[in-house]
Amino acid sequence: MTNNSMKKYDAVIIGAGHNGLVCAAYLAKAGKNVVVLEANEQVGGAAVTGELVDGKKTSICAHYLNQLNGKVSSELNLTSHGLKLAATDVPTIALNVDGDHLRFNGNTVQSSNISEEDTANYTKFMSLIHEYANTLGFLMDEPPLDIFNMDFSDKMTALKLGWKLRFGLGAEKMSEFLRMIGMNIRDVLDDEFDHEPLKGAMSFDAVLGTHTGPYSAGNFFTFLYRYASGDRGALAIPEGGMGTVTSAMAKAAKANGAEIRTAAKVKSVNVENCAVSGVVLENGEEIKSDCIISNAHIRTTVLDIVGTKYFEADFVKRTTDVRSRGGAAKLHIVLKKLPEFKGLTSDDLKSRLVIAPNQKEVEHSFNHIKYKEYSEKPIMEISIPSLVDSSLTDEGHILNATVQFAPYDLKGGWTAKAKADFLNKCIDRIAEYAPNIRDVVEHAEILTPLDLEERFGLVGGNWHHGELTLDQMLMLRPVPEASRYALPLDGMYLCGASAHPGGGVMGAAGRNAAQAILKGDE
Amino acid sequence: MFSETNENRSEHDPMHWKSAVKYSPFYNKIKEYDYVNKWHRWAEYTTPDMLEDPTIEYFAIRNSASIFDITPMSKYRIKGPEALDFMNRLLPRDMTKIRVGRVAYTVWCDDEGMVCDDGTVFRVAEDEYLLCAQERQMEILRRNAIGMDIEYSEVTDEVAAISFQGPCTCAILKNMGFKDVETMKMFDVRYFDFPGGEIMISRTGYTGDLGYEIWTKNDQAEPLWDAIYAAGKDYAIRPIGGDALEIARIEAGLIAANVDFSPANETVRPGHAKSPYELGLDWLVKLDKGVVFNGRRALKKEKENGSRYRFVRLDVEGNKPAHNAYLFDNEDGKNIGYVSSAAWAPSAKTNVGLGFVDMPHGEVGDVVWAEIYYQKELKWNRRWAKCTVMAGPAWNPPRKTLTPPADF
Repeated sequence: MTNNSMKKYDAVIIGAGHNGLVCAAYLAKAGKNVVVLEANEQVGGAAVTGELVDGKKTSICAHYLNQLNGKVSSELNLTSHGLKLAATDVPTIALNVDGDHLRFNGNTVQSSNISEEDTANYTKFMSLIHEYANTLGFLMDEPPLDIFNMDFSDKMTALKLGWKLRFGLGAEKMSEFLRMIGMNIRDVLDDEFDHEPLKGAMSFDAVLGTHTGPYSAGNFFTFLYRYASGDRGALAIPEGGMGTVTSAMAKAAKANGAEIRTAAKVKSVNVENCAVSGVVLENGEEIKSDCIISNAHIRTTVLDIVGTKYFEADFVKRTTDVRSRGGAAKLHIVLKKLPEFKGLTSDDLKSRLVIAPNQKEVEHSFNHIKYKEYSEKPIMEISIPSLVDSSLTDEGHILNATVQFAPYDLKGGWTAKAKADFLNKCIDRIAEYAPNIRDVVEHAEILTPLDLEERFGLVGGNWHHGELTLDQMLMLRPVPEASRYALPLDGMYLCGASAHPGGGVMGAAGRNAAQAILKGDE
Repeated sequence: MFSETNENRSEHDPMHWKSAVKYSPFYNKIKEYDYVNKWHRWAEYTTPDMLEDPTIEYFAIRNSASIFDITPMSKYRIKGPEALDFMNRLLPRDMTKIRVGRVAYTVWCDDEGMVCDDGTVFRVAEDEYLLCAQERQMEILRRNAIGMDIEYSEVTDEVAAISFQGPCTCAILKNMGFKDVETMKMFDVRYFDFPGGEIMISRTGYTGDLGYEIWTKNDQAEPLWDAIYAAGKDYAIRPIGGDALEIARIEAGLIAANVDFSPANETVRPGHAKSPYELGLDWLVKLDKGVVFNGRRALKKEKENGSRYRFVRLDVEGNKPAHNAYLFDNEDGKNIGYVSSAAWAPSAKTNVGLGFVDMPHGEVGDVVWAEIYYQKELKWNRRWAKCTVMAGPAWNPPRKTLTPPADF
């Protein structure tokens, strides 16, 4: 190993999650001398493939690729670095106990008992959503506006947004957009549709990964955000699991000249005369740089990595006020063989299966989390990636599910007993639709929001590094004083999901951070 | 309910919230000298505006010895391995320069570099400070303590304190047997033996004169009072109210929170809070102290780009105090500022106004004009007064800092 302590890097990136790797790739591409320091043995952060049991693998945290930023993918040429998709445009099937399922595909929905009016409205509604998404989508690809000190590009962004709203959408749709943007999903859906299972399934997408129920304020915006980021909200499954995405990013970073070091946990950041000067690793090694970029949550960055005394106190307080409550647990089941779902063929199981029968049940499942309990009847999305990706297991199948709601701070704590009980409730829930599921389970495990925090540094178990609500978006994300990636400490930056445009495996925050740093933002 | 009582009801009465008034441990002693019953609330405590006559009380500050009860001051104890780092981040002063046994007058700012309050910080041990301010500071301490290895607590109700000010105070303290008290320099703090445990004496005050502040446990308050009176019976000691103190502090050119500046943490209107530079307290801000402190970035910018306002101490023509007067660049000219505090200063024989003018007005020696409104038998009158910007406080006698103080 070379003696790094003598070398000074142009930038040190803390954390080799997808945004850290993307940021490294862009900085290295611009000729910067960059090192990424990752505490774990493998890169990837929350976009990783891990082993469950007996060499059977799956995506441990994130499991669908639906938000990967198009520019990141093409500019870093991720395909040439090994990113391969096992399935694209994965359709969704919302399950019904009676086997009369709703089938979503693109902008259409089908069911034997849905009215023609609702079917037509769905198509109309989704095309409106895509129009809204197109209006906002470009904002993902650039640092948020600095409304206090606007430079030319800020002014252009503001103009572009205004133009797109008024003349892209037109007066009527703009007015409708402004009416809807702050609403809760339940009011929006009740305005548009009658079919309860349809509204249940759609509300699932609004509450997925959040700490909200259909009645909670503002989550229409969260619903919209799914479509505004990434590729029209289309779901894809990467071959080899989500780890393939981040390993492609790591290869892209290395190909551009970035260094990546794993098992290199940063213990502290050196601050000299109110500016960063380097980092110290757990093993005592010091790495010098005047530019330190943290891929961690802003709260972790300020409180744990740098230390609060290097920031002014109101700023510190604001970082602790960032809402970052998760409500989702991750369920992994190794299956001896495919379970039989009522009314579904084995080909149907390649779809995303959603259990969210109606809005009331979604709201009820959410109620528990308000009182630090887990849902009695959880809602979930299920993926069986082994149907499209044979590399995950030699025999049997792998089922992944994102299950809601599970609190981060369970009353009485997440004891082994509590975890087993919740796991049981989840499997019982699946059994309502696939009665033989218990017969085919070989191994099952669940990661609670607390586990997700401990394992992936997702503060509060929130996979977006801070809830995606209007008050924490754009120039307000994660806090107004740090919305342009630079923290109020000279040389210290954010590049992770707590920065704009937020979480989900997008890579946009890492790309934008690199842009801001190269531009010389402070 | 709402009655005076012989004890501090807040400590003994579980229903104390019914009265919402706290009584200082000095209350009964002060009440013996109260002829006019003029009191108001300061934080939760009742505190006298005057006990007899503000002018007579004022002259006790300047000519003999005065006692003002400062128990209602907000007092906090900060202790822990990172206590110095904590204070150095909270305060714009370089706190590494404040040794154990020393007190620092200081302001503290929010992130925007606007002043939240001013007060005194006592370094009582390597890892322990007392912070003392007019307004409550718990929320500010709470946010500053996030992630710092310190403990902090409010001790307002546990520490009884008086401000003992006037040219004879040192002589009285010597008479009380406080050994070497005369060797205390301004802003020194020391502990002295006293029945019931050590008491703390600091050479600090808010009068611009020789004086001390004495800090005790609650049950030492009355014995301390009696001891002062016993040792000082020949010195015309007088308890005073806030009105007399107000004259003294304006004469000495000292600012007050919620009078001269609005605490930034309670101020919502843009432009209504003030920075240390705008309060004339440049000397408190050590931009180059090498560590982050609250408001550093904003103050650095302000230093480079200039301030909005300038704090001025004015010598106002005539004898009508320029209460709440607007300031103009000329008689009937352009409004450039306002007077925030005004008083006829009896010892300096100056009509003093403290206030703010827009930059770049108000350099030392500049003339500005005050439009003074005053009443004569309820009829309002108006006059223009020429004001000259003074170089410093109207009252700043050598005895304030002279060590040892002259004997009486």
